Amino acid sequence: MTDKTTDSGSGSTAASMFNGMYTEGARIHDQKAPDGPIEKKWTRRKFEAALVNPANRRKMSVIIVGTGLAGGAAAATLGEAGYHVKSFCFQDSPRRAHSIAAQGGINAAKNYKEDGDSIQRLFYDTVKGGDYRSREDNVYRLAEVSANIIDQCVAQGVPFAREYGGLLDNRSFGGVQVSRTFYARGQTGQQLLIGAYQALERQVGAGTVEQFTRHEMLEVIVDGEGEDRRARGIIARDLVTGEIQTHLADAVVLASGGYGNVFFLSTNAMGSNVTASWRAHRKGAYMANPCYTQIHPTCIPVSGEHQSKLTLMSESLRNDGRIWVPKNREDCDKDPRQIKEEDRDYYLERIYPAFGNLVPRDIASRQAKNVCDEGRGVGPVVGDFRRGVYLDFADAIKRLGRAAVEEKYGNLFDMYARITGENPYETPMRIYPAVHYVMGGLWVDYDLSSSIPGLFVAGEANFSDHGANRLGASALMQGLADGYFVLPNTIRDYLAKVPTSDLTEDSPAVVEARQAVAERTERFLAINGDRSVDSFHRELGNIMWEYCGMERSEEGLLKAIDLIRGLRDEFWRNVRVLGAADTLNQSLEKAGRVADFLELGELMCIDALHRRESCGGHFRAESQTEDGEALRHDDEFAYVAAWEFTPPSGEQEGVGAGMGAPVLHKEDLVYEFIELKQRSYK
Amino acid sequence: MSNMNLTLKIWRQAGPQDKGQLVTYRVTDISPDMSFLEMLDVLNEELNAKGEEPIAFDSDCREGICGMCGLMISGHAHGPEKTTTCQLHMRSFKDGETITVEPWRAEAFPIVRDLVVDRGAFDRIIQSGGFISANTGAAPDAHAAPVPKDKADRAFMAAECIGCGACVAACPNASGMLFMGAKITHLGELPQGQPERDARVVSMVNQHDHEGFGGCTNIGECSTACPKGIPQDVISQLNKDLRTAMKNGR
Repeated sequence: MTDKTTDSGSGSTAASMFNGMYTEGARIHDQKAPDGPIEKKWTRRKFEAALVNPANRRKMSVIIVGTGLAGGAAAATLGEAGYHVKSFCFQDSPRRAHSIAAQGGINAAKNYKEDGDSIQRLFYDTVKGGDYRSREDNVYRLAEVSANIIDQCVAQGVPFAREYGGLLDNRSFGGVQVSRTFYARGQTGQQLLIGAYQALERQVGAGTVEQFTRHEMLEVIVDGEGEDRRARGIIARDLVTGEIQTHLADAVVLASGGYGNVFFLSTNAMGSNVTASWRAHRKGAYMANPCYTQIHPTCIPVSGEHQSKLTLMSESLRNDGRIWVPKNREDCDKDPRQIKEEDRDYYLERIYPAFGNLVPRDIASRQAKNVCDEGRGVGPVVGDFRRGVYLDFADAIKRLGRAAVEEKYGNLFDMYARITGENPYETPMRIYPAVHYVMGGLWVDYDLSSSIPGLFVAGEANFSDHGANRLGASALMQGLADGYFVLPNTIRDYLAKVPTSDLTEDSPAVVEARQAVAERTERFLAINGDRSVDSFHRELGNIMWEYCGMERSEEGLLKAIDLIRGLRDEFWRNVRVLGAADTLNQSLEKAGRVADFLELGELMCIDALHRRESCGGHFRAESQTEDGEALRHDDEFAYVAAWEFTPPSGEQEGVGAGMGAPVLHKEDLVYEFIELKQRSYK
Repeated sequence: MSNMNLTLKIWRQAGPQDKGQLVTYRVTDISPDMSFLEMLDVLNEELNAKGEEPIAFDSDCREGICGMCGLMISGHAHGPEKTTTCQLHMRSFKDGETITVEPWRAEAFPIVRDLVVDRGAFDRIIQSGGFISANTGAAPDAHAAPVPKDKADRAFMAAECIGCGACVAACPNASGMLFMGAKITHLGELPQGQPERDARVVSMVNQHDHEGFGGCTNIGECSTACPKGIPQDVISQLNKDLRTAMKNGR
């Protein structure tokens, strides 16, 4: 996977600049995508990938961590194929996975509207939308299998929206010019997930899949050294009994979702975490582009210090709502209906007359932050300023009538009213950006294999398809593409070739992994300090939001790294986790997740620091045009930053010792089929 | 609305075999903008600071769609509003109120700890037949079978079920028939669901009864408690499908 040549390239000046914050290692490149025309690559790879005889499949076992769209679909499909699958989730049922919360829709190049859509166009839109920081081969394949996903879901009984003639309806989404988004009201994720869940449960009933609910993966078992090392299983904790279990298998798939909760407040579920990915990273799996975070512009603002999570409202609201703040700070606490038209600043319409309120997510989010930072935000003061802007439907109601607005957005208005206690038909909604999705994740090759052989990564947990910014309705597409169609075809090549293992529960690699989990658990309970796990998590979230959120600068990131290191140190001295290890203990579960977030946060800041360009969701204050727009530097940064974990040096060893300076491996992004352009929405 | 002081009587139970009891707690200065679960978060932070173990309760998405949360609040599944517990806000309560908080109560949902129950029975009902058998890769084009809009809409309405279990908790018989009827109706309205329609309903009902859920006696508490408003007529559909399957010799 890694080639042997050592890099002597341009990045070394930056490396020395940050005073040993990281080092640079050998360049890497994907070795699995075949050569040739892009439209033939996936067909060729499927043909060249080795087969496993049906009679041999039941002797082979695969562990899948996570039961969202990627994990659920992969477990069902591999079960159908006849492999012995073990499926793990920390929730009480696979159906709870956070894919369920996706609202808007799923893209597919079906061209049912005959409006000029094609695989080529979906490929192009996705690469451009990702601000030219994704791998062409992977994105093309995604577009190619997108149509199969819709067929598969309909066959399972997913109730997509339909027209009166009985055929499927499509809508345009996220500013693209074709209607390629399939949807099920505002509950598309729920319906797709229930489809995958039912396919999975069918296999549980058939005996091909063993289901482990309320189980959390806490370590990956890696056997062997160097080129011969392989992922051979996991250590999991039964969250009800506290039992530390060993599960061995021929391959391990992580489909454990994204790490947006490193910001504490996000639209992710309470339990969403990075632990499975981070444990794998510590064992040698590279983490790619960890700083690429998507911050969604239309979320319900924070109402106070008690806030535990943020709720997103579909960005379809921007089709008819107008976004504004008062021109004058003195007006910020007034009733918005009393503020005269000439005293309002419709700032998106002012700055981007061509796209207005429909500019891409990253731009809408950053401008909302800018006006609030200027002191022109609205709503309650949280921290030291007001964090909200108005999303006003008064004009739309005047133009279309209240009934038409209700028909289109009724469920969103109801949700808003329930959460805020305000009536959005009468007074403008307040919105503010929130962390929503991470494009970064574990590095994978074309086969979705991580840098540890036998460890595969699917869905949001990998980095592969969205570059530096994800388009609306593309996350569901990627999760299901990976789970139903990509992984089952690529993992068979690995399984056909993997040597049989004589690993047992008593082998050193297994004992070591199990002991590491036990020691960590004991340590959490033994510290008995003064502060709750949540208080550390909240403080980390504030640091990340402030310095590694919508706008990042060298000064801010250096400060954040210092603060995170201090906080991590205090965590391991002063956290208070009550209760025991042998019962359901939710504080203990959270402690493990927050401990990993405290390391991930530092790596995200280092990644953001080294990437001295603005691209997609990553905006560096030092890299902007004269009008304050993002400025990419393709000559220097058209690569994937894949980070290798380094253990801490010297005296710091054992549980809670943190991390050493990570090693940066660059994978050059070569654009053969698409020309690189600077995005412009003016 | 100003902040509130409340008395909470919360069910505490160390484990499945232990004896449980209601324990009284007082919380002060609760903002009406907090969700019910955020109020419990605040209480748990206070308990942790005092050296008492926090109260265990389930929640995940906290936006009303994953179905993980669910509490009996003063005798009502998900509390006084028609929504999930995570979407219930403190503005629905009055200053000085006493609120009783219990787990779902049903033999088929054994208590794990405090307010957490085991709803694995729902998974096993789906395993027994709550699916359409369509292996990956075997699907025809999505437009091969058009679905009339009224049928598609009814299928969607039934498919909105989030599997939270409020219907079971609210039912005096602890019946799971609203949950099961929703799945039967969702899949039974679609052309893709026809080949397995008879077998599905028979298997699911057998599993439902085996898990220890009660039968439906048309009381309607289930629909009233359902945060997604699944109507009671899905139970009629379930009974109709079961009768047809029996007639067909299943």
